[in-house]
Amino acid sequence: MARAISPRRKLITTAAAWTIALIIFFPIFWTILTSFKTEAQAINDPPLFFNFDWTLENYSVVQERSDYMRFLWNSVIIAGGSTLLGILIAVPAAWSMAFVPSRRTKDILLWMLSTKMLPAVGVLYPISLLFVEFNLLDTRIGLVVVLMLINLPIIVWMLYTYFREIPGEILEAARMDGATLKEEILYVLTPMAIPGIASTVLLNFILAWNEAFWTLNLTAANAAPLTAFIASYSSPEGLFFAKLSAASTMAIAPILILGWFSQKQLVRGLTFGAVK
Amino acid sequence: MATKASRSAARIMMAPAVVLLLGWMLVPLIMTLYFSFKRYLPLRGDSLDRGLDWVGFDNYVRFISSSSFWPSVQTTLVMVGGVLIITVVLGILLAMLLDQPFFGQGVVRILVIAPFFVMPTVSALVWKNMMMDPVNGVLSHLWRFFGAEPVSWLSDVPLGSIVLIVSWQWLPFATLILLTAIQSLDSEQLEAAEMDGAPPLRRFWHIVLPHLSRAITIVILIQTIFLLSIFAEIFVTTGGAFGTRTLTYLIFQRVIDSQNIGLGSAGGVYAIILANIVAIFLMRIVGKNLDK
Amino acid sequence: MSLKSTLRAATALSLITAGSAFADGHSATITIATVNNGDMIRMQGYTDQFTEETGIAVEWVTLEENVLRQRVTTDITTNGGQFDIMTIGMYEAPIWGSNDWLVPLDDLSAEYDVDDILPAMRAGLSYNGTLYAAPFYGESSMVMYRTDLMEEAGLEMPAAPTWQFIREAAAAMDDPENDINGICLRGKAGWGEGGAFITVTGNSFGARWFDEDWNAQFDQPEWAEALNFYVNLMNDYGPEGYATNGFNENLSLFNQGKCGMWIDATVAASFVTGDDSTVADSVGFALAPNSEGVDKRANWLWAWALAIPAGTQQADEAKQFIEWATSKDYIELVAENEGWANVPPGARTSLYETPEYQAVPFAQMTLDSINAADPNNPTVDPVPYTGIQFAAIPEWAGMATEVSQEFSAAYAGQQTVEEALANAQAIANETMEAAGYR
Repeated sequence: MARAISPRRKLITTAAAWTIALIIFFPIFWTILTSFKTEAQAINDPPLFFNFDWTLENYSVVQERSDYMRFLWNSVIIAGGSTLLGILIAVPAAWSMAFVPSRRTKDILLWMLSTKMLPAVGVLYPISLLFVEFNLLDTRIGLVVVLMLINLPIIVWMLYTYFREIPGEILEAARMDGATLKEEILYVLTPMAIPGIASTVLLNFILAWNEAFWTLNLTAANAAPLTAFIASYSSPEGLFFAKLSAASTMAIAPILILGWFSQKQLVRGLTFGAVK
Repeated sequence: MATKASRSAARIMMAPAVVLLLGWMLVPLIMTLYFSFKRYLPLRGDSLDRGLDWVGFDNYVRFISSSSFWPSVQTTLVMVGGVLIITVVLGILLAMLLDQPFFGQGVVRILVIAPFFVMPTVSALVWKNMMMDPVNGVLSHLWRFFGAEPVSWLSDVPLGSIVLIVSWQWLPFATLILLTAIQSLDSEQLEAAEMDGAPPLRRFWHIVLPHLSRAITIVILIQTIFLLSIFAEIFVTTGGAFGTRTLTYLIFQRVIDSQNIGLGSAGGVYAIILANIVAIFLMRIVGKNLDK
Repeated sequence: MSLKSTLRAATALSLITAGSAFADGHSATITIATVNNGDMIRMQGYTDQFTEETGIAVEWVTLEENVLRQRVTTDITTNGGQFDIMTIGMYEAPIWGSNDWLVPLDDLSAEYDVDDILPAMRAGLSYNGTLYAAPFYGESSMVMYRTDLMEEAGLEMPAAPTWQFIREAAAAMDDPENDINGICLRGKAGWGEGGAFITVTGNSFGARWFDEDWNAQFDQPEWAEALNFYVNLMNDYGPEGYATNGFNENLSLFNQGKCGMWIDATVAASFVTGDDSTVADSVGFALAPNSEGVDKRANWLWAWALAIPAGTQQADEAKQFIEWATSKDYIELVAENEGWANVPPGARTSLYETPEYQAVPFAQMTLDSINAADPNNPTVDPVPYTGIQFAAIPEWAGMATEVSQEFSAAYAGQQTVEEALANAQAIANETMEAAGYR
């Protein structure tokens, strides 16, 4: 951007950008703020911004009722496990699509994406029956597999677009030097693809973390992640805005922090590598 | 240039992903097809062990002739279409704004992408209670502050409210992709057009928009995939009342509320057909655009 | 089926590894699915005492009512076996019991004193005379009103008001300038929410869902009268957005002093007179209303009860827990720690014979309301089903949810009362035809 920008224009842009950003962020800000109020303050009219007695009571009530760490741990294992498993299966597939393309490659890729369009509720019963049959209900391993399958098309797609950016000549040079296929992938391709893989991992971790249909329907106590944690605060008897806010904050905080710290990779990931 | 050996190696490497996805697609699909031709009412004692009665196309006829079917297809299309239009239009505007130099770009970007991290159940709960509650919601306070009568969002403008919630979740995604695309726009080309005296609207129409077409395609493709199966946002906010029952939600009601697995499965087959129509339609456009 | 056996082996292997890594060595752990209502949350707090007494550890899965229904129903129909105890209601218990999905509770201990359970509750949770779920708490519906506002308005609430009087009182107490609505009632879609309320309202106007041959009756004048009365009452004196208000929303409004009257579950009495309420000192109670000259009142009957799914491996441990949680001792435990007003109500006869409990202001009215409800004769004209705010048939939940969505759309002004009734008629008849009733 070599254009000269007048200071006035920059100020106006700044004001506009900040206003919009704050509006977009407001619901999250409000939730976090409300989590530090008492239930009565949470519904005060007019709404209270900072002029209230900050309290951590909601967090201790929520923690007392449901063991946050266990849900958190399940979320980490399920989201992490399904993402890693997905990467293991997707890397070879994406590699062959990117470097040994055939006429069918694009069809296969689009077909994979189309499997994501099947409505989950339509197959809830079949999947439930299969889970019962194989004793997978309320196990982390079962959810890891299901979430992996759900996100596999996205993972393959993303890796494919990243791999395509890698110039084929480098691989050919390696091949000339007598590198085997394994060496080629391990020592040549992977290092170059690491940023792309990192972005893919991040984005799919978030998608798996937020998945709320299968995680709710296929778990009870042992494997229940944070999506189940939040389901017990949605509309209890009596006033609940503050407790709901605390539980919501606890459910989204880890991923929000992770997302903010890895913003750069994530932005790359969000664009699915498809836009340069 | 690929050798025969690497071709077969490639097939082997692709096999796990393809086989797994094929299984993930076919096994439930075949079961769904099977159930859709059966009378399967678990609450009336029907079960796989005892054997299910064959009912032919009864479930299909019943599902499509139900008074709720066509409205639900319409609702689905309106909801998906509404979210797509809002996120793409606002996404382009926001991306163009964020592309300008201003103070605090990093922080603004963090704030703007934040909604994407919020799980759908939480965002639906937060919007329903903290924002849209007709008595204690922030929006009703805002309305009252300006002397207006508070709106009962979820009963007065139910579909609009859900579109708003979902758009809020997906706007960051659209904005980021479009922003990345805009940043790669050749600024010299724009400057040249500016020198030539082309008005801003024309510059946008003839230079920016064509440049964004690929990015817009990606946004539409990915979002459609996720939007067709929207569930939590409806379940939490209206429970399908007030004309917010999408096809997905209608199937959910048939399977879970009514416990009519045969009927629900027939609905599932319709939904798969609908998804495939949309998919073929999309793939055509996307396929073309991706080749560029 | 070699694929199946391979898959099984692989699953078993992974389960063993996963299981051994996370097994906690407890002798017995039972998993309980429950609803996130106040009394259940309280029960969770006392679980440690149960574990101490018996050595049985308890895992809680607490879910919001709609999610709970969805979860436990899927689990029971697919024989998932994820829970050792499920919290279910009067609607589910007889249907599930008739399918042999629940462990019969016919060998409860002598100390448990099963005959002490209120007859109405026991009957509603049994199938063919066998008890399938033990009531944790039971409820009917009644009028809760603000005594201070009634006094200001110069009115006196009779012990058994009519709808016509309710309307008069709502008009007198309605005060938009001070943010006080004359009346707050459920309008939220869902068979257990607004659906339950409008059904009992219909009953109290002489309406019924079906005639004896399962023909839907929404085209009858009684329904038009009931629905029009409700919509007019709420449009005139109800809160903004009442079409999305359920039990919790109304409780919150009432506690904030924004309702003159509220007709809802009797269990709400302990909340509106409790610590969270700003109007705790000025709440009065009366029987649910009827329309003048109609013999039935808008009383429903419901119990949240604990049941053991037949697939469980730990039926004995589960039974131990049920005996503990629904016992007289548990009631005393809560009374000791939280006061008599906060014990789970409506389940046991002996509770209403306890002098301390008789002193609680809403105790007698709760019992009277429960006794006024008759699931075998819910309506003026005869019906082919049992149940008051529901019909105990498997098709009910799906059908009534859709019907109540039509009604809620009328409350929100999206369609007229006539359109809503016509749609309800079509839905009910469609469902009955599909299920082979007619």
